[in-house]
Amino acid sequence: MNKELQEYTLRLGDNALILGQRLAEWCGHGPVLEQDIALSNIALDHLGQARMLLNYAAEQKGEEFTEDKIAFFRDIFEYHNLLILELENGDWGKTICRQFLFDTFNYFLYTDLLQSKDETIRSVAQKAIKEISYHAQWSAEWLIRLGDGTDESHERVQSSLNDLWEWSGEMFTPDAVDEAMLEAGIGADLNAIKERWHQKVDQILDLAKLDKPAGEWMQSGGKQGDHTEYLGFVLAEMQHIPRMHPEAKW
Amino acid sequence: MSTKDNWKIWEVFIRSRNGLNHKHVGSLHAPDAEMAVKNARDVYTRRSEGISIWVVPSDAVTASSPDESEPLFTPADDKVYRHPTFYEIPDEIGHM
Repeated sequence: MNKELQEYTLRLGDNALILGQRLAEWCGHGPVLEQDIALSNIALDHLGQARMLLNYAAEQKGEEFTEDKIAFFRDIFEYHNLLILELENGDWGKTICRQFLFDTFNYFLYTDLLQSKDETIRSVAQKAIKEISYHAQWSAEWLIRLGDGTDESHERVQSSLNDLWEWSGEMFTPDAVDEAMLEAGIGADLNAIKERWHQKVDQILDLAKLDKPAGEWMQSGGKQGDHTEYLGFVLAEMQHIPRMHPEAKW
Repeated sequence: MSTKDNWKIWEVFIRSRNGLNHKHVGSLHAPDAEMAVKNARDVYTRRSEGISIWVVPSDAVTASSPDESEPLFTPADDKVYRHPTFYEIPDEIGHM
């Protein structure tokens, strides 16, 4: 049970950390100033959530661990984030599309985690849900405007949606850790979230005049530590300074 | 996306506390009113500056012309009696 809780905490924390790191790449490169600020804000929200969760993971692992040690001194196979979050950002439409698919899931997940029997996870959820609700609204509004925008924006965002679709299923595929956490009243019921997710996605894709991809085959592995080749590049950029100067202080 | 062609400019007004007026804080680009509110939230209230946001399309603002500033504003300059400072305020009222 302790082992499962530790891995569950890392999964939540790594999702926030890796997505925050990916989104931070947009800082200074947004299509307009306002969106540059918006996305950097969202990146910082995720980093804040990652800190709380990795801190909790460090507490569970024992005294020699800290949030920084966990973030900067683990290798690819020790990361437990969803694969979709480590993929390259692509163009603005692809970034929005990934945000929408994940934010919608994350919103239902954290809504359920508000009832978690684990006190720390529950209090992280109470703080994070306000941010996550905004993220989900923001990316849905954007998807509607890109999908129902110009011919070019529609075509590009539809093609991103088709590309990303096979990476969406991992969010809802429970494994032994998810099941143990559900049973303990700590984690969320991914099957129930899947239904709510599909309802919401159908509703927004309809408004966005986008077609829902039909593919049913889904990628998996990130939660268990099997990653794409992209994660190595994310970690290299994120970790190289602390690894060069492990004792460095601000 | 050519933002200059299809994104309007919006004027942003923020109410910082209950009981205060919305105050003009600046302007921004957005494709429509709802996104303008979201952009305003991100650009102007990141440091807890506000509890309410108004956005108005900039082209809906009618401004006075600088050429008219003399007839509009200078006549008020020598009419200090329009300030309510010529009354004795009884002590019991305190600060007004």
